Amino acid sequence: MIELEGLTKRYGEKVAVDNLTFTVRPGIVTGFLGPNGAGKSTTMRMILGLDHPTAGDVRVDGTHYDRLKDPLTNIGALLEAKGVHPGRSAQNHLLWLAQSNGIPERRVREVLDEVGLTAVARKKAKGFSLGMGQRLGIAAALLGDPRILMFDEPVNGLDPEGIHWIRTLMKSLAEQGRTVFVSSHLMSEMALTADHLVVIGQGRLLADTSMAEFIERNSRSYVRVRTPQREALLDALHRAGVTAVDGADGTLEVDGTPAEAIGELAARNGVVLHELSPQQASLEEAFMQLTAESVEYHAHTGAPLPPQQQQQWGESWRKG
Amino acid sequence: MSTPQPPMPQSAAAEWPAAPGAAPSAPAYPTYTSPIPVVRTHLGHALASEWTKIRSVRSTMWTLGVLVALVVGIGLLTGLVIANADPDLGGESPLSLGFFGLLLGSMCLITLGVLTTASEYGTGMIRTTMVACPSRGRVLAAKALVFFLVAFVVTLVCASVVGLLHVSLLEEYNAAEPTGEEWLKGTVGVSLYLALLGTLSLAVGSIVRHSAGAITIMIAAVLAPLVIALFMFSSSLRDVQQALFEYSIPNQMSIFYANSLSESGPSDWDPLWIMLAVTAAALAGAFALLKKRDV
Ligand SMILES: Nc1ncnc2c1ncn2[C@@H]1O[C@H](COP(=O)(O)OP(=O)(O)OP(=O)(O)O)[C@@H](O)[C@H]1O
Ligand SMILES: [Mg+2]
Repeated sequence: MIELEGLTKRYGEKVAVDNLTFTVRPGIVTGFLGPNGAGKSTTMRMILGLDHPTAGDVRVDGTHYDRLKDPLTNIGALLEAKGVHPGRSAQNHLLWLAQSNGIPERRVREVLDEVGLTAVARKKAKGFSLGMGQRLGIAAALLGDPRILMFDEPVNGLDPEGIHWIRTLMKSLAEQGRTVFVSSHLMSEMALTADHLVVIGQGRLLADTSMAEFIERNSRSYVRVRTPQREALLDALHRAGVTAVDGADGTLEVDGTPAEAIGELAARNGVVLHELSPQQASLEEAFMQLTAESVEYHAHTGAPLPPQQQQQWGESWRKG
Repeated sequence: MSTPQPPMPQSAAAEWPAAPGAAPSAPAYPTYTSPIPVVRTHLGHALASEWTKIRSVRSTMWTLGVLVALVVGIGLLTGLVIANADPDLGGESPLSLGFFGLLLGSMCLITLGVLTTASEYGTGMIRTTMVACPSRGRVLAAKALVFFLVAFVVTLVCASVVGLLHVSLLEEYNAAEPTGEEWLKGTVGVSLYLALLGTLSLAVGSIVRHSAGAITIMIAAVLAPLVIALFMFSSSLRDVQQALFEYSIPNQMSIFYANSLSESGPSDWDPLWIMLAVTAAALAGAFALLKKRDV
């Protein structure tokens, strides 16, 4: 279990993590989501006692990290930066780690085997591909067979098979009763792995909810309608007690009414339709809306911003 | 790459029934119990892991190799050249000829000392290190101890070999037979001094967190005082020039051979105590900063 209480980190003027309070529970996979620069890695570094919090507190199984006597058997972590000397072999990297925590040396072989690096155990880390480096980091996290596992963007650089492997690994680790805390930018990835979601933006907590609840609230379906007779259609819909909102490119979006009903209504009123299509908002969109205001590093591609009315409804389930 | 699916062989899963998401009101959380025995780590663990780090990277082995080659090679060369010249050494101790090799060798010790700490910042390894051992003081102590012992032993062996070589090469040219005290200072003494110089570099590396920067600072610290002293022509600065000269690291090293380049200033074992004090102060500073700063 990891408990954060009002955790705050300031780098000079910059507030990287802002008053975060949440708990990461054992037995489930908790996804930690946020756009670039949201403060995910900083939060994880504070959990591990690497960065000192400006304010607030964080405990690992009730203890401050730096009080742990054999930290690697309590918590294993894969951090953002590789943290491996390029000139050292995978095996020796794991060996010094094992020695530092009095972990039996046979574990080195076991975890190498588990992540599939046995064949390159004696190769220097500098020759490793992105994915192999990531696997070595995961091997290091698993070395002490810890109760808590923390991964900072573990699927970075992994091929589809590797991604599938990580997913299965995280789920099975959680099933064994361990605490699994994993950060990502990808809502779609988390939807497949995480049981619980913590979303942050610009260091602030935006959501702390179960995955099921998030999906239920955000799998919004609506019908997109395009017509040259906009006023006539709006009138007809209004009379039928159906509300429509403006969508992108002059379309209308209708919630809670099936496409068939809208088509028949239009036919009865002699309104021409150019498009009538059922839509499903993806979780990715929901995540983007949620974090829209707190995205720090916008790309300037001239892409339209998310429709305005949608921004408000992210608000309704926002907590913290 | 093959990826075995189920992770570790575990029994704990059975103790925890399904549906953990059921959000129990009393936190009856599942717990995972590892079969790995719980160990209370101590300095010994940190020492073992630092020793593995040092010996498992080729660059440290190379640096030590260069150190041995420099000290022994230059020692051998000076010995042979002098013997060839067929001189009359007039009862001087041949041990002092080891000085040049060791002076150059000190650059290797500086490099290795700095790399022991600073290079971890370059690779991001320091985070792995501090996660594995959150007691930062223990990490620094382990690094310093392991490095000091390696540096001392290697330097001692080199200095002793070179000393024996010179004595046997130059016996017939009326060189003095070194006394026990001279042997002690010319081998153990100067090796302790250089190992401390390397440890000072290690502390500086930990403070500066940048390999090239720290190496530059240390090499400047060894050479700059002498160079500055050479260019101090003004007579009003005579005292400063003298002090710079006497307390420069090369001059302090030469005191171990009792043929100090100057008459006043530190003598006997003084250089060792001076270096010990400076290194202790630098380590204390490095420790305080390490505690305070983010990794
Ligand atoms: N050591 C530091 N000094 C100054 N600013 C920092 C430092 N570390 C992080 N920051 C700033 O804090 C903010 C949060 O960074 P962090 O790396 O935690 O974000 P993140 O959520 O992990 O992002 P990403 O998804 O890109 O990895 C960023 O704006 C970053 O610039
Ligand atoms: Mg990050």
